Amino acid sequence: MSACLDIRRLSAVLPNGQRVLRSVSLAVQAGEVRALVGESGAGKTMIGKAVLGVLPKSVRVVEGEMLIEGEDLGRLDAKARRNLIGARTALIPQDPLTALNPSRRIGAQMTDRLVRILGWSGERADKRIRQLLDEVQIRDPERVLKSYPHELSGGMRQRVLIAAAFAAEPRLIVADEPTTALDVTVQKQILRLIAQLQRDHGTAILFVTHDLGVVAKISQKVSVLYAGKMVEEAETAALFAAPQHPYTRALIAATPRYTDPYASLKPVDESVLAGLAAEIAAADKEWRPGHG
Amino acid sequence: MDEARIARRGLSPRLWLAGGWLLLALLAAIFAPLIAPQDPLAQDLMLERLPPFWLDGAEPGYWLGTDSLGRDLLSRLIFGGRIAFIVAFAAATSACLIGSALGLIAGYFGGWADRIISRIVDVWMAFPPVLFAILLVAVLGTGLSSVILAIAIIDWTRFCRVIRAEAMSQARMDYVESARIAGYGRIGIMLREVLPNVLPSVVALLSLEMGIAVIVEAILSFVNLSISTDDPTWGSIIAEGRLSIHQAWWVLVFPLITLILTVLSFSQFGEALKARFDPVLR
Repeated sequence: MSACLDIRRLSAVLPNGQRVLRSVSLAVQAGEVRALVGESGAGKTMIGKAVLGVLPKSVRVVEGEMLIEGEDLGRLDAKARRNLIGARTALIPQDPLTALNPSRRIGAQMTDRLVRILGWSGERADKRIRQLLDEVQIRDPERVLKSYPHELSGGMRQRVLIAAAFAAEPRLIVADEPTTALDVTVQKQILRLIAQLQRDHGTAILFVTHDLGVVAKISQKVSVLYAGKMVEEAETAALFAAPQHPYTRALIAATPRYTDPYASLKPVDESVLAGLAAEIAAADKEWRPGHG
Repeated sequence: MDEARIARRGLSPRLWLAGGWLLLALLAAIFAPLIAPQDPLAQDLMLERLPPFWLDGAEPGYWLGTDSLGRDLLSRLIFGGRIAFIVAFAAATSACLIGSALGLIAGYFGGWADRIISRIVDVWMAFPPVLFAILLVAVLGTGLSSVILAIAIIDWTRFCRVIRAEAMSQARMDYVESARIAGYGRIGIMLREVLPNVLPSVVALLSLEMGIAVIVEAILSFVNLSISTDDPTWGSIIAEGRLSIHQAWWVLVFPLITLILTVLSFSQFGEALKARFDPVLR
C-alpha cells in the first residue's frame, strides 16, 4: 500500500542558490500523525507549503518527488495537481486571525469550498458544516455561522478552521503550528480537538511544530529538521526515550519542564551546532541537483 | 454589544453633516428649475451687483445678490451644482473603475502585470495634473464629456496606487493561501477573497475623488476650458467673482464656500462610509 504522503529527496533553493530543503525524505502513512519539529527557519513550514503547492515564488524545487496516495504531483499538469491537492489535503493554519476572510461570514466561507470546489449541494454542505461545528464543540452554530471572523475569539476561530479542514474528508491535513498563536489554556483544548477528530476521521496529519511538548502528546512519529536537513526520524516514544542524534538530544534537553523550569533551560550546545554545520557543508559539497 | 454598536453608528455626526449637505446640494441641483428663484442666465443691468439680503440695497428675490451682469447668484450656484454633480459622479466613477481594476490586477497578480501597470502609473504621475487636464480638454475640445474624460484619464492613478497596495497585502493573507490550496482559480480568488476586502477603501476613495473632480472641474471652468461659457458652473462664477472682488465680494465668496463645503463633505462622507462598511473597523 502506498503512503498517504511520500516525499522523496526533496530539495529547494532560494534565488541566491542557498538550499532551504536538503534532500528531505519523509513518508506519512494513512491515518498517522507525523510531527515535524525544528527551530524557526529549519524549513518545517516550507515542507508543508511544498506539499500543498503554495511555495513562495522565490523558492524553487530543484529535485525530488512528492506523492499523495501514490500519485506523483510532479507528473500532473497544474490543473490536475490543484484538483488533487484540493480534494485530498487541507491546511490548519498557524494564525486563525488572518486565515479567515474578514469580510465574509463564517458560514459562507465554510460552505463555499464544498459547494464550489467539490460540487456539493448547498443543503448538503450546510448539514456537513453543522456536523463538524458540533464535533469541534461549538455550542451555538447558528451564531457562529452568521458571524464575521472578528466577532469570534482566537480559540473559536481555530475551531472553525479545524472544522473547515476536516469538512471535505481530506486524506491528509497539514497542521502548521496550529496552537502557536493561541493562549496556553486554549492550546490544550485545540490540541485535544485535533487529536479527537484525527482519530474519528482517520486522517493523516503532518503536524508542523517547534514545541516538543505538543509532539509528545499528539504524534506517533517524529521527524527532526535542522537547516532544511532531516536530522532524525523515529517513533515518538523511542525518540524521547533514546534520541540518537546529538541535536535531538540537545533539543529535548532545551525543553522546559514543569518540575524545575529554570534549571533545565539549556540552549542547544555550540559543539552540536558546529557538528551539524560540518555535516551540512559536507553534504552540500557532494550535492548536485538531480543526483541527491 | 449590538446596542452599543448601533448607537455608535447612529451617532456619527460626520456622516450626517457631510451626507446632509451633499443631499441638500444634490436635491437642489436635480430640482434646480423648480427651486431657483430667478433665471440663472437672465441679465439685467439695472440690478447689477446687488448685495446679499442682509445688506443695504438688497432686492427681495435675489437672496445672495447679483453679479456684474445682474444675474442672480443663488440661482447660478444652484444650476452650477448640476454640472458639478454630473462631473463628480461620472468622472469619479470612471476613474474608480479603471484605477481599481488595474490596481487589483497589479496588486494581486504581481510579476509582469504589476511591473507594467506600476510603470504606467509612474509615468502618469509625472505629469502635473491640472496642466495635463487643461491640455486634454484643449485637445478633446470643451464640453461636459471632455471634462469627465479628462478627469478620469488623469485621476485613475489615485485608485490604482491605493488599491494595488491593499490588494498586495491582502494577497499575502493566509485565507488567500487557503483558497489556493482548496483549488480556487486565481481570478475567482481575486474577485471573491481580495475584492471584498479592498472595497471599503474603494468607497472612501470614490467619495474623495468626487470632491477632487468638483475641484478640477472648477479649475477648468476658471480658466474657461470647461463647459460652454453660457452655463453657470462654480468655477466660472468664481472666475467672474475674482474680477469684481472689490465691488462685489459676494460673487467670489459664496461659490467658494459652496465649493469648499461640497468637497469637504465628499471626503468626510467617504471616510465615514469606510468606517461603517469595514467589518474590522466597525
